[in-house]
Amino acid sequence: MNVLLDNFAAFREGFWGTVELTGLSTLLALVLGTLIAAFRVSPVPALRIFGATWVTLLRNTPLVLLFLVVTLGLPALGLKGWDSFWLAVMALGCYTSAFICEAVRSGINTVPVGQAEAARSVGMTFTQTLGNVVLPQAVRTAIPPIGSLIIALAKNSAIASGFNVVELGSVMKTLNSAAGYNIYVIFFWIALCYLIITFAVSGLFRLLEHKLAVPR
Amino acid sequence: MSEVDVTKDSAPGGDDLVVLENVNKHFGALHVLQDIDLTIARGEVVVVIGPSGSGKSTLCRTINRLETVDSGTIRIDGEPLPAEGRELARLRADVGMVFQSFNLFAHKTVLENVTLGQIKVRKAAKAKAEEKARQLLDRVGVGSQADKYPAQLSGGQQQRVAIARALAMDPKVMLFDEPTSALDPEMINEVLEVMQQLARDGMTMVVVTHEMGFARSAANRVLFMADGRIVEQARPDQFFTAPKSDRAKDFLSKILHH
Repeated sequence: MNVLLDNFAAFREGFWGTVELTGLSTLLALVLGTLIAAFRVSPVPALRIFGATWVTLLRNTPLVLLFLVVTLGLPALGLKGWDSFWLAVMALGCYTSAFICEAVRSGINTVPVGQAEAARSVGMTFTQTLGNVVLPQAVRTAIPPIGSLIIALAKNSAIASGFNVVELGSVMKTLNSAAGYNIYVIFFWIALCYLIITFAVSGLFRLLEHKLAVPR
Repeated sequence: MSEVDVTKDSAPGGDDLVVLENVNKHFGALHVLQDIDLTIARGEVVVVIGPSGSGKSTLCRTINRLETVDSGTIRIDGEPLPAEGRELARLRADVGMVFQSFNLFAHKTVLENVTLGQIKVRKAAKAKAEEKARQLLDRVGVGSQADKYPAQLSGGQQQRVAIARALAMDPKVMLFDEPTSALDPEMINEVLEVMQQLARDGMTMVVVTHEMGFARSAANRVLFMADGRIVEQARPDQFFTAPKSDRAKDFLSKILHH
C-alpha cells in the first residue's frame, strides 16, 4: 500500500526530528560562527589563533568522523548523560560553525575599512564597532552563502541517523528494511520532506536578504 | 613637594591640547613621519599642507591612533595615547575625526549616524541624543535630511553630516583629513563654511587640506610638510607671502599660479 499513509506517524516524527536537529544546529552554528569570526578579526592575537585553529580543525574533519568524536569521545572525557540528539546538535553545529565563520568573515571583509575607522573615531570599542557598524553591514553580503550552508546542514543532518537519532534518514532506513514497500517510493517521500525543509530555508533567507537591503 | 612636580608637569602643557614629541613612523621602508614635534594649543586652528605622500594625512591619523607610531609620544590634553582598548576608545571619543571619504555608517539614517556615538559611547538617552543630533544637523544645514540614508545625500551633505557626527561627541579637538578632496567643486564651499564657523567658535582644529583659501582665512598656523618632515610653520599671511624654505616656495609656485 501507500508507504506515506501507512507510516505517517513515523514520517511525521522523522520530519520533525530533522527540523529540530537542523534548527537547533543552525542556531548553534550561527552563534558560534559569528563569535569565531569576531575572534578571527580581533586585535588580540590569542583569539585570532584560536579562531583559525577552530576553523582549520572543524572544516577539515569529515562530518562522520566528527560525529564519532563527539558521540564516543565526549562521554569518554566525562561528559555523560547527554542523549544522542544533543550530541548530534553539537557535532553538526560545531562543524557548520567553521563554514559560517568564513562566510561571516568574507562579509566583514566587504565592509569598507573606513566604516570601522569612523566607529572607532567616535570612541566605540572593538566589540561595539563590530556589533553596531561592521556586522550589520557584513550580514547583508554573508546572507546568501549562509543560506547555502544551512541547506547543506539540513541534508548533512541525515548522518545523525547512524547515531541513534530519529530523523528522516533513520525513517528511511527502517522502512527500507521493512519488507513490502517499493524502495524508490520511500526515497521519493523522504526527498520531498527534505525539499520542504530546504525550500523553507531558501525562502526565509530570500526574505532576510530583501529585508536587509539598504541603499548604498 | 609633590605639588611642585604636578605644576612642573602641567605647566608647559597648561594650554597645550595636542602634543607630539619626536614621533616617527615607517610604512615598510618608507619613513613617513620623521622626528615630528608639534604642539597645538587649545583653540588653535592648524592647517597642514604639503605635496601628496608628504605624511600629512598620516600625521593627522596618528593623533587619534588610527595609525600607530613606531616611536615618540603623543599626548592629548596631557594624557598619553593609550594602547588599543577601552582607554583608547574613551580618549578617541574626545577627538573628532572627519574623513576624506565621509565614512558615514551606510546602514544607519543620517539621524542615527549622529546619535549612535552619543548613545553607545556617552550613554546618552535616545531622546536626548536625537534632540542634540537634530540641533547639530540644523547647524550644519542638513536638518531636513535627518531620516534619509547617507547614500541618498550629496557628497557635501554627507560631509556636513560627518562633521555633525563628530561634534555630537563634544570633542576637545577636531581632525579633518582632506575633508573636501572627494567633493565636487560646487560642494566644497558648503563644507568649508561649516568649518569656518567652527573655527570662529573656538574649536581646536587640525585640518589637512589643499584648500589654500581656507588656510589663509581660518588658520592660526600653517604647517608645511614634505617627505615626512615639518619643513616650515608660520602664520598663514607670512607663509603665503614669504615662504622661507625652497621646498615650500616650489610647492606654492606650483599650486598658486595657473
